[in-house]
Amino acid sequence: MPKFAVLVFPGTNCDFETVSAIKKAGGNAERVWYKQSLKDFDGVVIPGGFSYADYLRAGAISARAEIMEEIKEIAKEGKPILGICNGFQILTESGLLPGALRPNKIPRFLCKWVYLKVSDNQTAFTRFYSEGEVIRMPIAHAEGNYYVNDPNKIRIAFQYSDANGEISEEANPNGSILNIAGISNEKGNVLGMMPHPERASDRWLGSEDGLRVFKSMIEYVKR
Amino acid sequence: MKYKAKIIVKLKEGLNDPEGRVIEKALKNLGYKIEELKVPKYFELVFESKNPEKEVEEMCKRLLANPVIHVYEYEIEPLGE
Repeated sequence: MPKFAVLVFPGTNCDFETVSAIKKAGGNAERVWYKQSLKDFDGVVIPGGFSYADYLRAGAISARAEIMEEIKEIAKEGKPILGICNGFQILTESGLLPGALRPNKIPRFLCKWVYLKVSDNQTAFTRFYSEGEVIRMPIAHAEGNYYVNDPNKIRIAFQYSDANGEISEEANPNGSILNIAGISNEKGNVLGMMPHPERASDRWLGSEDGLRVFKSMIEYVKR
Repeated sequence: MKYKAKIIVKLKEGLNDPEGRVIEKALKNLGYKIEELKVPKYFELVFESKNPEKEVEEMCKRLLANPVIHVYEYEIEPLGE
């Protein structure tokens, strides 16, 4: 059974939920402190939270931790690396993904359910969705306003939309360029997203639309 | 040799600064005619180096600024041995 490391920095707080979502999706997962080794794992998930209290910029300090060099190697090998919320911020800050996540356009913490359009179902984390499918997940962030110099050069995985999949300004919660909620690297094995799939992994949580992110990742390892 | 560096990191021209906008509005509410307000980050550090210019440049590039959205400027003054 594929085994994933759920990375824990000081201030990470979505690690337990993420482990349990991966297990529910049919994989195995373990919380791994950022000073431990990542060998023996088939992939890495960097969960949400407030690592180093968001000092300097969200994700900036964690992105310079030694373990990120190991993660860059793992990414090169083609293994899946998923960053959720603070994890996405860490991936952009470390250069594993392009662009930057800036404070929300209206500068406040956002905690609500949103609709997402699956714009790319060819990544390691989206293969169980159909292209253009509209799904529901919660967001919870103050710095999720995605910016990149040239949006034509990146792979967009998820976009904020309305219930019909319309990508509109009204459906954009944080001011992200092109309503971007998640992107992947060119190879599709590194993905970052602001919405929390682990918080949408069971019907009693309000949605299980997020579970397929983990199912896709597990299937990708088994391929 | 010891040096003191004063570093300012700010958003690139044209990028929206939400915090600046809120403060600008509050100052306007106090009756001031503000045309523009920015909230850069300011760092002051004392460090030892043989090549202070190069190291401060590196510190900005590697951590203090995010090259995707920031520009930076700095002053370095020697503090003696």
